[in-house]
Order: sequence, then C-alpha cells, then structure tokens
Amino acid sequence: MGSITLEGVCKAFGSHIVIPSADLEIDDGSFVVFVGPSGCGKTTLLRMIAGLEDVSGGRILIDGANVVDVPPAKRGLSMVFQSYALYPHMSVRGNIAFGLKMAGLPRAEIERKVAAAAATLNLTPYLDRKPRELSGGQRQRVSIGRAIVREPKAFLFDEPLSNLDAALRVQMRQEVTRLQRQLATTAIYVTHDQVEAMTMADRIVVLNAGSIEQYGSPLELYERPANLFVAGFIGSPRMNLIGEEVAERYGAATIGVRPEHVRVDRDGEGWPGTVRAAEHLGSDTFFYVDAPGIGSVTARYIGELGIRAGDNVRLQLDAAHIHRFDQEGKALR
Amino acid sequence: MATRQTRMLGRVMLAPAVILLFVWMIVPLAMTIYFSTLNYNLLNPGMENFAGLENYYYFLTDPSFLASLENTLVLVGSVLAITIVLGILIALLLDQAVIGINIVRLMVIAPFFVMPTVSALVWKNLLMHPVSGLFAWLMSAVGLRPIDWFAEAPLTAIVLIVSWQWLPFATLILLTALQSLDAEQREAAEMDGARALSSFIYITLPHLARPIAVVILIETIFLLTVFAEIFVTTGGGPGLQTTNIAFLIYSQALIHFDVGTASAGGLVAVVIANVVAFFLVRIVGRNLEA
Amino acid sequence: MARRTSATRWLATTIAAWVVGFVIFFPILWMVITSFKTELEAFSTPPSLLFFHWTTENYAAVQERSDYLKHVVNSIVIAGGSTVIAMLIAIPAAWSMAFAPSARTRDVLLWILSTKMMPSVGVLVPIYLIYRDTALLDTRVGLVLILCLGNLPIVVWMLFTYFKEIPKDILEAARMDGATIGRELVYVLTPMAVPGIASTLLLNVILAWNEAFWTLNLSTLEAAPLTVFIASYSSPEGLFWAKLSAASTLAIVPILILGWFSQRQLVRGLTFGAVK
Repeated sequence: MGSITLEGVCKAFGSHIVIPSADLEIDDGSFVVFVGPSGCGKTTLLRMIAGLEDVSGGRILIDGANVVDVPPAKRGLSMVFQSYALYPHMSVRGNIAFGLKMAGLPRAEIERKVAAAAATLNLTPYLDRKPRELSGGQRQRVSIGRAIVREPKAFLFDEPLSNLDAALRVQMRQEVTRLQRQLATTAIYVTHDQVEAMTMADRIVVLNAGSIEQYGSPLELYERPANLFVAGFIGSPRMNLIGEEVAERYGAATIGVRPEHVRVDRDGEGWPGTVRAAEHLGSDTFFYVDAPGIGSVTARYIGELGIRAGDNVRLQLDAAHIHRFDQEGKALR
Repeated sequence: MATRQTRMLGRVMLAPAVILLFVWMIVPLAMTIYFSTLNYNLLNPGMENFAGLENYYYFLTDPSFLASLENTLVLVGSVLAITIVLGILIALLLDQAVIGINIVRLMVIAPFFVMPTVSALVWKNLLMHPVSGLFAWLMSAVGLRPIDWFAEAPLTAIVLIVSWQWLPFATLILLTALQSLDAEQREAAEMDGARALSSFIYITLPHLARPIAVVILIETIFLLTVFAEIFVTTGGGPGLQTTNIAFLIYSQALIHFDVGTASAGGLVAVVIANVVAFFLVRIVGRNLEA
Repeated sequence: MARRTSATRWLATTIAAWVVGFVIFFPILWMVITSFKTELEAFSTPPSLLFFHWTTENYAAVQERSDYLKHVVNSIVIAGGSTVIAMLIAIPAAWSMAFAPSARTRDVLLWILSTKMMPSVGVLVPIYLIYRDTALLDTRVGLVLILCLGNLPIVVWMLFTYFKEIPKDILEAARMDGATIGRELVYVLTPMAVPGIASTLLLNVILAWNEAFWTLNLSTLEAAPLTVFIASYSSPEGLFWAKLSAASTLAIVPILILGWFSQRQLVRGLTFGAVK
C-alpha cells in the first residue's frame, strides 16, 4: 500500500543536469535510506517524490499510479523536515491536527487521532504549548506526530536529526526505527550520516552526483560494495584503497581492505611501515601507518597493543577480505 | 520550491498589481507625450493644433525654466547636505547611552509625520512671521533686525522647512544602519589602537556609505517634486524665487491652463527623475541578491 | 554596550541628545501651545511660553466649522480605503514573488520600484484631464484610486520583504499536510505574516494621510481631506493663528501616535529594504 517506484526520473535546473536518470523500487513497508555526500541529489530526489520539486522527466509511481502531475497535497505522503517546520502560531495540538483538518475529518475523530499520536510520542503533557516553548527534541517529536497522524502511504524524512545533539540523536534514531516498524509504513529517510544509514535502514541507496551507485541492505553494501565510491563511502574509518603494483598482484587496478582486516605486528612477515599516528580509544586502537610501496594505511586493533607513534610495525592484509576493483572502479567478483 | 503549479498560480496572483501599475504608468505618460506635441490651452478648448517639439523648445528656453531648474537644484542640494550632515551627527549622538532615549527619538522623528501643509504654515506663521513670529522675537531679543523670511530669503525659508521635515528620515535610516554595525568590529578597532576619530573615519563611515547613498537617492526622488510647502506659503514667489520644476509645471497646467507646455515640462521632470531612479534601482537590485 | 561609559560622558550625551530632540520638536510643541491661546495672545509679542490664559475656544471653533468633520471623514476614508485596497492587490502579488519566483521576478520587482520614482507632477496634466472628464474630480473615489496606485509599489515591496522572512519549509509542510494554495494562504501564511501586514498597513495609512500633491490638486470642497483643509488657512482674513494651530494639532496628533509605532517600518518601507 506504500510501494514507490522511480522510472527514469531525471532533474535538470535549466541546462544543469542534477539527476540524469534514477530507477528505484521501494517495497511497501520498507525503511529505505538515501545517503551520499553533500550535493549528491538525495534531498532533490526526496522532494520530487514529495511533489515539492518538478520532475524534468520520467515517472514516479505510488502504488502503481504515476503522480508526477499530482500536487503534493494529494499524494498521500507525509514529510518530516530538517528544521521541523512547525506552525509557530498553532499549539502542538493544532500542529498535529492541521493535516486532518485539511482532510475534512470530523472534530471528534481528529481529537481522537491527535490524542493517540501524542500518546505514542509522549507529547500529551505538551499538547497546548506553542512550538517556541518546546525543546529541540520535543519539536522533532511534534513534527513526527504531525506526519504519523495522517496515516500516509509513506513517510519522507529530510535529515530530521541533524539539528539535535549527539546523545538525543542516538535516542531518536531508535525511536524512529521502532515507530516505523510498529506502523509498518514505508519510509524514505535522507541523511549524510552513514551511521544513521547503517543502523536504521532495511536497504540503502548510495547517491553520488545524481546517480545511484548501489541499492542494497547495509551489510551487502559493507561486505560487497559494487564500486570504489561505495567502498570508500561506507565504513568508518574509510576502507584502505591501494593501487599500482600491489593491486596488480591481485589482478586488479585497485584493491580495498577495511581497517579491521589489516593486521598490525611489531615484527614478523608483512609490509614494513612506520606508525604516523595512533588513536587509543580504549576499546579500539586505530593506527595510521605509512608503508612504502603501499601508501598510508589505517589499521584497527581491538584492545590495546602498546604501540605508539613513531614505532616500526609490520602489516598483513587478510586475503579473504580483499576487495578488487577494475580500471573503471567497478568491483571484480 | 516553485513548482509548475505554484508558478502558474503565482503569475495569476501577480497580474492585477502589474497590470494596474503598467496602466498607471503608460496611459498618463502616453497622454503627456501626446499633449506635449499640441498647442492646447484649457481656456480655448477645441483649438488645439499640432505643434511638434515647439513646446519643448519654449519650455526649455523659457527663462522661468532655467530659474526653476536652478531653484530645484539649490533646494535638493541644500536639503540633502543639511539632512545628511546633521543626520549623521544626530545618529551618532543617539547611538550612545542616553536616559529616556525613547522620548528623544520620538521628538526627533516627529517632524516627518507632520503633514506638509501643516509644517509649512506653522513655520511660515508661528515661527517666521516678521512681526509676531518666534524667530523675529528671538532676533530682536539679541539685538538683530528680524528677517522677513519670505520676502528676503524665500528659497532659504523653503529649504529650512523641507530640511526640518526630512531630517528625521535621514537620522532614522542612519541610526538604524549605525546600530547594525557589529559591536565586535568597533571593539577590534579599539584593540588595534584606533581612537574615536579614526574609528569613525575608517570603520563607521565606510559602513555608512551604502545607507548614505540610499538616503541621498530616496530623498532626491522625493525632493525633486516638493510641492505642498511652496503651494501654501509662497505660491512660487516672489516672482520665480521659490518656483521649482514641479511648481512651474503645476502653474503652467492649472494656473495658466497651458496643457501643451505643462506636458512638455512634465516629461522633462520624468527624464530627470529617471536618471536618479536608475542609480537607486541599481543599489536596491544589488541588495536583492544579498 | 557592555562596558560602562564614564558618568560625565553619559551625562553630557544625555543633555546633548535632549537639547537636540527638544530643538527639533520645538515647532510642533510651539504649535500645540499656540492652539490653546486666544488669537490676540497668539499674535502678540513677546510670545509667552506657559503663562497665558489657556483656552480651548479654538478647538471649539475649528470643530464648529461645518466642513471640519467632513474633512476628517474624508481623510480617514481616503487614507484607509486606498491602503486597504492596495493591500488586497499587493498580498497575492507579494506571495507570488516571494514563494513562486520565476526568472523574471527580480526584474518585475525592480520595475515596480521604478514606478514609484515617477514624479507625480509629470502626469499631473493627463490625470487632471481624465478626472475632469470622468467626473472623478473632487471625489473620494478618485482620490482613493490615485493614492492607492501611488502607494502600491511601497506596499508590494514591504510585504515582499516581510514574506521573504517566513521560512518556506513551513509553507511546504502545509502543502504536504494537504492544504491547497488558498488554504495555505489563509491558515498558515497570513497568521504568520500578521505583524508584517500590520506594519505595512500602518506606514501606508500614514503616508496616504499626509499626501499633499494629488489631494491638493484633485479636490476642492467635497472630497478634500485634512491636508487641503489646513491649506485653506493659508489665505485667510484676520487673525487665525490659534485656530490654525488647533486645526493642525487635531490633524497631526493621531498620525504622530501611529508614526511612533511605525519607525522600523518606515526604514524598511521607504528604502525598499535596502537598509534593514
């Protein structure tokens, strides 16, 4: 009831093509995250689905019907904005009820639904307050309440947590996921934070300069990146990308190894290198090693190794976890 | 955020304003141009004949035109100078910590909101009257001969009245601009060793350059067409001493009923105003990008 | 200023500021004082500031003039009417340019600005003739029409700058919530823009009330507002200063009060947003 399909959707501002052609199938009830660097077009794509931007070409199907010429008010979608976009002159109750009022529901039903949504989000004590009297987290919840109360076909989230402080963000992340699963409604979530993407999504869409680089589950993207961009974007710290002779040995133009698959020893076999910097987090240690012949390598060690900056070490790459990429950056299987 | 639909609706919603203003501009302007080519006097209706550019020739070479042009320039120039210089000084003063600043502001702003006919008559009668006016009394109290303003220095009198009316405008604009000057900039200058005067010259004045330009342009636009003050005090006289271009055109049209010449004059006024407007539009346009 | 200025400096600037304010305000003050004098007293020298026989006879005389009330009503109708009509035309126009701009929007805005620059005197002749021939001379409708057109550019511009300050994503949220453009205007935009709309209304009522070109030239008796009424005191017979002062005080006091509340709007409105 909330399946969304993009067929050849493209967007140009004048002669500047922002999205050349996007094809995507989003299953009903799934949580899909659009992720990518700034300017990759993820928000533009979301707004086109919402109807807040015109589509320059292609079709957008909601439950099989093309909505490209349908105004946003009639698409049956809800959007949660980064700035919350609450109506400042209305109370929390008024904000949540507004969409139902526009739909012409009878008063009693509106009140019932608003009360239910408020209860779900722990907003009941604040129903009569105005947005300016609320904290950031509370405003965010009102914004979500406004979206869920209309029982839309899909939720659209535009970086909703970026304005919250770190601790609140972690908490809200889990609340949003829980809510979505409870309501079983399709959700499209835009973020630049890949931690949010990895932890919340059923499937992730990685966008780069308007093109969809890969569409898959978080683990798929992590363990089997389709190209260099995805390999370098997903995972923190970044995957080590090594080229030239070392890559040739493995029959590829570039190879990638994640930091946790690089073994660090004081001596023994392996590539020699010098530790440029070491970050001791207590639970993990990250070594930034300069190894001639390979380049700069990041290695992750669980625990404490007692190695410091300036020490000489030996690096070994775990053969089972080497990703190979060809000249164009595509993954070699 | 402007989609096809909102843009179409937008055009519809914009239309009435644009159409009205367009008609308001074009129709009278076209008629003015048309009339300016006629020999048309309201006292002899029906006797119009085509005169080509004759009216322009007569208007521009008429000594009254040159006199009125000179008066206009003197009026505009003097009022600009007075309002801006005093405006800056008063703005600097009001930017300081002052008790009861709100009441002081009220007093300084007030003249702008007094209707021009009231200002003019109050100044002419209560203040500047050579026998019973306040100024006359003040001057004789210090042993000076009272001036008969409207006989001896009529243009100066008008300049004083108009300056009084527009001083609040300049002051308010400049004060607003002053108060938007980042306090941190001033503090940085102080740390750098600038004393009050250098701080003023190198930091404050450049910051005020743009608002001063705006004040100059806007005041000029309005000052070019000063009318009411002249109308109720001197009627342009004595002779032509207080006739500016606006009043000259008015007298041609509604006193001499010479529509042809008045129209030609009107067009001349429009051209002059357009030159000034060009520069104002540039500044505001640049501000729009910001 | 977080630092304390020295006490002497602060006292000096306070005194200076008050002196300046008083000097500038003085003509108005003098006029109000004169309005409470008898005509003889008003005309005599040396003029007295406080100690004279205060009387309200002038106010009575002014209000007894059969046409006084008519002129007050005219001023209210003309200033109010022209501004309200201008607002009705300008609100949709400003919405359109603030929220649904096209490539031409900037040019349209600047063109609207330029229409304000046209000197009224340049079109005095045709307007006068048109009004004469359509029997609009000396009518309230005629004056409302011309003042509305004259102030329309300022109204549009002021509303535009206020609307631009409304975050557009709140309007988008309304659209996502199912509001048509009309309902978006009514339920969301207008309530949020009320302060801006009120400010615009206020400033333009003041400007229309004080307008002294078209009102002087296009009306004589019936539709004349207070600007013309006061002008009629310029060619009187006999002593009239006290009455002039009373009439003037009555004419300007409401505007002075409104003007006090519209200082900020004045800056924004008359500089077309070039100074904020």
